[in-house]
Amino acid sequence: MSAEATQETKCLVTVNGTAKEIDGPPHTNALDFLRGQGLIGCKEGCAEGECGACSILVARSDGQGSRWTAVNACLLPAAALDGQEIITSEGLGSVAAMHPVQEEMANRGGSQCGYCTPGFVCSMAAEYYRPERSSQPAVSAGDGEAHQCGPNGFDLHALSGNLCRCTGYRPIRDAAYALGTPETEDPLAARQAQPVPEPPATDIQRADTPTGDLGRFRRPTDLDQALQILAEEPDTVLLAGGTDWGVEVNIKGARARSVLAIDRLAELRQSRWTEKFLELGAGCTLSEVERQLAGKVPLLSKLFPQFASRLIRNGATMGGNLGTGSPIGDTPPALLALEAELVLSSIRGNRMVALEDYFTGYRQSVREPGEMITAIRIPLPLSELTSFQKISKRRFDDISSVAIGYAVRAEGGLITKARIGLGGVAATPLRAISTEAMLEGKPWNLETIRAAAHTMGLEGTPMDDHRASAEYRKAMLAYSLERFYAQQHSRCAAEEGEQNS
Amino acid sequence: MSQLSQRPGISVVGQRHRHESADGHVTGTALYTDDLSQRLSGVLHAYPVQSTHAHAKILGIETSAALAAPGVIKVITAQDIPGVNDQGAKHDEPMLPVDEVMFYGQPVAWVLGESLEAAKAGAKSVTVDYEALESLITIKDAMAANSFHGIQPEIAKGDPEGAFAQAAHVFEGDFEFAGQEHFYLETQNSLALVDENGQIMIHCSTQHPTETQDIVSHVLGIDANEVTVQVLRMGGGFGGKEMQPHGYAAVAALGAVLTGRPVRVRLDRTLDMTMTGKRHGFHATWKIGFDEQGRFLGLDAQLTADGGWSLDLSEPVLTRAMCHIDNSYWIPNIRVKGRIAKCHKTSQTAFRGFGGPQGMLVMEDILGRVAPQLGLDARELRRRNFYTEGQNTPYYQPVRHPERLEAAWSQVLDTADIAQREAQIREFNAAHEHTKRALALTPVKFGISFNLTAFNQGGALVLVYKDGSVLVNHGGTEMGQGLHTKMLQVAATALGVPLSMVRIAATRTDKVPNTSATAASSGSDLNGGAVKDACEQIQARLAQVAAGKLGVPAHEVRFGDGQVTALGKSESLDWKEVVNAAYFQRIQLSAAGYYRTEGLHWDLSRMTGSPFKYFAYGVAASEVEVSRFDGSYVLRRVDIVHDVGDSLSPLVDLGQIEGGFVQGSGWLTLEDLRWDTSDGPGRGRVATAAASTYKIPSFSEMPEVFNVSLLQKAHEEGAVYGSKAVGEPPLMLAFSVREALRQAVAEFGLAGQPVELASPATPEAVFWAIESVRKGA
Repeated sequence: MSAEATQETKCLVTVNGTAKEIDGPPHTNALDFLRGQGLIGCKEGCAEGECGACSILVARSDGQGSRWTAVNACLLPAAALDGQEIITSEGLGSVAAMHPVQEEMANRGGSQCGYCTPGFVCSMAAEYYRPERSSQPAVSAGDGEAHQCGPNGFDLHALSGNLCRCTGYRPIRDAAYALGTPETEDPLAARQAQPVPEPPATDIQRADTPTGDLGRFRRPTDLDQALQILAEEPDTVLLAGGTDWGVEVNIKGARARSVLAIDRLAELRQSRWTEKFLELGAGCTLSEVERQLAGKVPLLSKLFPQFASRLIRNGATMGGNLGTGSPIGDTPPALLALEAELVLSSIRGNRMVALEDYFTGYRQSVREPGEMITAIRIPLPLSELTSFQKISKRRFDDISSVAIGYAVRAEGGLITKARIGLGGVAATPLRAISTEAMLEGKPWNLETIRAAAHTMGLEGTPMDDHRASAEYRKAMLAYSLERFYAQQHSRCAAEEGEQNS
Repeated sequence: MSQLSQRPGISVVGQRHRHESADGHVTGTALYTDDLSQRLSGVLHAYPVQSTHAHAKILGIETSAALAAPGVIKVITAQDIPGVNDQGAKHDEPMLPVDEVMFYGQPVAWVLGESLEAAKAGAKSVTVDYEALESLITIKDAMAANSFHGIQPEIAKGDPEGAFAQAAHVFEGDFEFAGQEHFYLETQNSLALVDENGQIMIHCSTQHPTETQDIVSHVLGIDANEVTVQVLRMGGGFGGKEMQPHGYAAVAALGAVLTGRPVRVRLDRTLDMTMTGKRHGFHATWKIGFDEQGRFLGLDAQLTADGGWSLDLSEPVLTRAMCHIDNSYWIPNIRVKGRIAKCHKTSQTAFRGFGGPQGMLVMEDILGRVAPQLGLDARELRRRNFYTEGQNTPYYQPVRHPERLEAAWSQVLDTADIAQREAQIREFNAAHEHTKRALALTPVKFGISFNLTAFNQGGALVLVYKDGSVLVNHGGTEMGQGLHTKMLQVAATALGVPLSMVRIAATRTDKVPNTSATAASSGSDLNGGAVKDACEQIQARLAQVAAGKLGVPAHEVRFGDGQVTALGKSESLDWKEVVNAAYFQRIQLSAAGYYRTEGLHWDLSRMTGSPFKYFAYGVAASEVEVSRFDGSYVLRRVDIVHDVGDSLSPLVDLGQIEGGFVQGSGWLTLEDLRWDTSDGPGRGRVATAAASTYKIPSFSEMPEVFNVSLLQKAHEEGAVYGSKAVGEPPLMLAFSVREALRQAVAEFGLAGQPVELASPATPEAVFWAIESVRKGA
């Protein structure tokens, strides 16, 4: 099939077990689509993936079977659901036959005004069905960002992207922690044993604005096809999760002539370990990478719980977070510290670019027209002293004022290598080159750290904005090293304590 | 016990019941205003043209390009308003500006389109010609320019100057603190249609349907009987839907009249945050005197409320702030002056607590600041100044039941192991250089009733059908606070039927007229009194019927749990049987109920009287841990004892306490409302106008341990079934979080240093406070 084929396909999504045709303009998000279907349980609270009132469940592949994955419907183009299965709060249960999650929420006072409730119910159901839940006790991610888990293994981070203005959350937590295990005959639990259908090729082109301008949404079936389209239409918008694009569409009214969905391409979803490097597929969501790595890259383990919310991590991809080029994305500081390289692909072939050379200006990069990020490579071995420090107003689901990633190696009491990635302190993410130089070759002690603090405070060119003042950002940089050192120190102390006890 | 407060032997009030709409909430089937627009055909969508200036003259509005745009049906400007162009209660708030815009984001015109997309595109093609005028954005700008509006009341009692002269310690200071965005999850929504015979039907997310009706009728230039407002439920209100919905309802109604089609006005989050009023930020200056023992001798304070461009509810908000500056403390000599800054921002409005939190915050801030200088533990300083029996407030209202404050305080000290935990905290702090912990207790005393006496009335219409089922209409609105749940419990109790036999009807102005806003925490008191009254009228009639059947005098008939019995008789009748018999005897099975709060009086000109029926009390203890590296903190544990009287519905009350606390804690520590104060083109714009930039508490702000108890033996004579209002008072329990943060900050410096803390105490604000005490150390 050539990229020229424009034969419009029918877009079908299975909603609560019934096939529905997606026939609106291509920019229509899943939230508006569902509400148009009369499924009014899906609510708009913010239209930018912050509040979770529109949370729905999508069956997503987890390699063998599928898993019910909660996502923000407001950020997802409805057309991106072509061929997929979704469940809304109405599909989980009814007033006459409530789902266990719904029963707990209703009984324990988990709803007051009720507007956020269907979204909470969906996020909670996803965690209810998470296969590892009951077998997974509280796991510490380090840096004081321990997962808060209930006695039933319920990870409270599953609800980090849902806002409630009425309850104060305690009854919702109690409802979550009271959940049992799905019955074997539970149809949604049973569904998880089955694989998801292969993503179909989607290609729709319809009037997308009141003036009749056309918009096209395509999901190619393989990378070659995607690269071919991108070569022919370099201004096409790449959709790799959509958590950024959805905001552009909803809040800023952006409309693209052409959108190319690449997040399901098999070629972008492979991760592998070699002796020299770890390669992460750019189309993998943050949640998927978190599962695949299973703690084997400690710096990323520290990053994940601080990256937006579970709902966003279920949508956002590694490639997308880099592709948007935002100076306040949370993966770049960590990946810069890990000395990541990007695989940029086009019909001309692949090229490697070090992440530190990738960003060129505010939302600008060396990525050329016709290129896309297909993988991220992290060289091995990893440095053992790591930290991810995110400075923000709110602990869950916030955007960084400053983010700092550390990967430091100390041998024989000397710092042999220091890599520090920074976000939020300049128009691009950047490395703290001067500070790294101050550290390398010096003893790994508080004196060295304090000596370098001043230099660290001068890295970047922080600005004043509504998130933080420039002075605060500078102070955060200056204190960051000491905090990093204290974290390592307290971790050693904690480990010694464990060995002694 | 009063007749109003006494409970019958079989009582549905007091039982733990889930929210009456809980099943609909969790299954996503409960309907909100905007859900109704999906059920109508031909609905037009409205989108505003917003001012791009904080203050400017309008030289012209050009709509022709918009009208020519595809899908645009109509552009509404001030010229289209047939009646009075005003959406407020003080006639200073044009629904659409004629010649002057007063804040950035103010709607200048509304475009009606076949789709929201068409309306938005149309709004973009409307051009407005402005001549920029000088603008005042911050409260300090307005104070410097002497720009005020509305009343400038004064509370005066005793001789503060004389008190300062005698005082062992006198302190002075000032304090400016931020407002708060309501951030109800459901934004403002109205859906209007022209019904049969020109009747205007408006579905609206409003806390004040009667005022919505009034304003729509005067905007349209028609009588109130031609307008019906219905409220199914709101996705949160918090005061933000007391005054704010009226203008949008009027736009929808006017659009429906002009086009003959249903019109939907739904503000998206950005519109809502840039157009609607918020909690008032305040500026305060104060001078305070203490005796040797740390007891108040005198206070002199000036409160300036940041009112925004129009008055809205700023006057009563200011009045309540002034009436609450004492919080829980006896101040023998006091003078408080109040005024309202007028500036070019959204018009600030009601928000849970309605000025009370602002007044009390000033006092709690003073106490937290001066305690180290008095050489007293802040906890001891607070307790030492509690009201005791026989004392009265600065406005001369006797403080009834002050012993409840002491009881709640002792109970928290006891059940929360305060002494033991303080010792643990001292150990922790000695062992940790980078993180410090602290624990603080703060009290709440909050006056219940509308300050304006006339608003303290409620109405209900209770219908009993032939089959015995009951439908309750009342004037209150449901915004999540559980009012309907409580009213069902009141009706079931008053009629003596099981809860399952009673249903609630949507709030409608054509069922119960002339209602007060569901506000001031008064929903259950006022509407509960009215529902009870209606039920008792019906029950009295049914008692006659039952008396005839049972062969006893009517006063010996008893109702309970769907059975009708008589004293000393073993025979019982089924409720349905009695109802059916009553129908055939041609006995009226419906009744309009009415309630007014007795014993209130208030002289606004002198700021004296007894405006409140009673006070609600509460005490909270909060423990925090703060990091010096970035000022971030966690709320480790919260213990609350709160006075809800005899609870009507314990699960509902618990939810109000917890939710109010977390919302208050959001205001004080996290929610950072910013305006563009630069001289650039965005001057006056709300800089935090989205969920991504304005952060309300999420799961990470929930206290890790959260223990809430209801104060026992708390019967309230003056309210329905012995209960007390609960909507607002718990919000102010969150002062304990802010004071704990202040004390944790102090732990980084030398003992005895006063700590000034900005509000909100964001991590950045806490960080700078720590830096400041460490420099002092």
